[in-house]
Amino acid sequence: MLTILLDGVAYGMLLFVLASGLSVTLGLMNFINLAHGAFAMVGGYVTALLMNRAGAPFLLTLPAAFVVPAVLGVALERTLYRRLYGASPLDQVLFTIGLVLMAMPIAAYLLGDEPQQVHLPAWLDGRIEFHGVGIGVYRLFIIAICGAIAAALQTFLINTRFGAQLRAAVDDARVAQGLGIDVDRIFAIAFAFGSGLAGLGGALAADVVGGIDPSFPVKFLVTFLIVVTIGGSNGIIGALFGSLLLGVLDVAGKYYAPSIGAFIIYAVMVVTLIVRPQGLFARGEGR
Amino acid sequence: MSAPGPTETLRRLAAHLQRRARWRWPEILFWLAILAAIFALPLRAGIINEVLIAGLFALSLDLILGLAGIVSLGHAAFLGLGAYAAAILASKGLAHPMLGLVFGAAVAAFAGLVTAPLLLRGGDLTRLMVTLGVSLMLGELANRNSWLTGGADGLNFSIAPLLGLFPIDFTGQRNAALYSFAVLFVLFAVARRLAHSPFGLALAAIRENRLRAGALGVDTGLRIVAIYTVAAAYAGAAGALLAQTTQIASLDLFDFHRSADVMLMLIIGGTGYLYGGLIGAAAFIVLRDVISAATPEYWEFWIGLALVILVLAGRERIAAAPRKLVALVAPRAARRGAA
Repeated sequence: MLTILLDGVAYGMLLFVLASGLSVTLGLMNFINLAHGAFAMVGGYVTALLMNRAGAPFLLTLPAAFVVPAVLGVALERTLYRRLYGASPLDQVLFTIGLVLMAMPIAAYLLGDEPQQVHLPAWLDGRIEFHGVGIGVYRLFIIAICGAIAAALQTFLINTRFGAQLRAAVDDARVAQGLGIDVDRIFAIAFAFGSGLAGLGGALAADVVGGIDPSFPVKFLVTFLIVVTIGGSNGIIGALFGSLLLGVLDVAGKYYAPSIGAFIIYAVMVVTLIVRPQGLFARGEGR
Repeated sequence: MSAPGPTETLRRLAAHLQRRARWRWPEILFWLAILAAIFALPLRAGIINEVLIAGLFALSLDLILGLAGIVSLGHAAFLGLGAYAAAILASKGLAHPMLGLVFGAAVAAFAGLVTAPLLLRGGDLTRLMVTLGVSLMLGELANRNSWLTGGADGLNFSIAPLLGLFPIDFTGQRNAALYSFAVLFVLFAVARRLAHSPFGLALAAIRENRLRAGALGVDTGLRIVAIYTVAAAYAGAAGALLAQTTQIASLDLFDFHRSADVMLMLIIGGTGYLYGGLIGAAAFIVLRDVISAATPEYWEFWIGLALVILVLAGRERIAAAPRKLVALVAPRAARRGAA
């Protein structure tokens, strides 16, 4: 029972890191970025390739899994994404679906269709018993790292100058610009940060989901969207609660009621949208 | 001279609608060309049938996206529902194609009617998510209730000959294409009539500015529910046709990529003038066949590239190109169309 809860929390934390970048672009900046999973895939590939081909230790690959997608993200943001900030949701959806459709064959062309495995180091493998509750060491590791990231993000957004500027730019870009805030730069950095977090999430998730393969961006797209939908646009805290709820529900659902499977999380999402259709995505609309 | 009275305005409006609703000769040629293609290319009947069904599906999305401006990322829900309804009916022994078609459309229409109220609140983003969520839920339901749907194996069934005479299974691919053509043409004519009716005008008003349409006295909620139900029925009919002519209904009909593909087809062809879905479906499927013959695994890349360019270059500008072409070929017809 407690094991399932902890597994659910670990899965939720993983979802949080994967989706937190999306909750910035989609939840805060109101940009529907369906290509978010592609950045996560890049991060996963970076870790897998560095470990398998260069023999780098797992922990050292994680910063690279953050930096590479972040650089890629900022490059794409500067050249392509920024043209569509004011565009209709339909255009944003089409554009980012196009990016996903391009990213998957590129990955398959360069690295092949078969999943790239991430082999955990020995000290992260295995389980420990704690007062009769068994839990995988890697799950604990994920909970610790992702919890730290969540706390850092929240402090960053609330207590730093950059965080305040980002919130101002998101609330009203024109007024923020008028106050001398470089909105363009803020958005670019936020986007890079979100992409980097996605990459880190992809690297951490690689073992849990059984390797990174070219279909990763689509497989988890829906899950990301559900996290952001449930969490709403309340920034980091909303996304964290959304992810945890989803993680626990998904793991518990698979364990206790396997016959209805993924139906639970879809139902939760639709019910959330019915009960609070405005509240979740109220930002930026009706203005 | 005094301003025209209300009856005079109504009369002018009716005359205007009638003028716009007239069939023009490029349209007639378009349909005759399809019919000719079915007879002239018997070996291609299979792919023509696929194009016609995809065209019907894209037409149904055009009804909500092009006419009323309602975005959807889960239109495959109705395709899958129609397909499974027709397949289940046939597997229980009621294998008449027309019966399955009507039943598939009716089941999908009912689902559209039930889920349409979810679209009335919130913005485009909420609508995208709700439609996506509904299609995923239905797909998962079909996956889990394998006693009814056959689960991951899909549902195989046999279909009776059309009108008791013409087999539409793999032995009669041309019959299947003609069957799909007839259904598509009738449903297209109905959709065309709808678009050129006062109801179609109200939808256009909702698309342009829903708040203002409401202020003009249009019951926007009712109109949206109505067109969504009709579009669901169309998608259900497309699903039923697809299941009947392939004798299988499978879970991938509910997949996200079906909803995305149909949106791509419609966007490639252009929204709002009803032919866009048909042209887009033909372009999409022919393109897919050509590209995947050259590079079988990576054809998605080119579709993705086309999409990105399409959006960056301005969707409206490119979508206007076919109409400009029509204007070039038949200036009088185009002028009348624009009037």
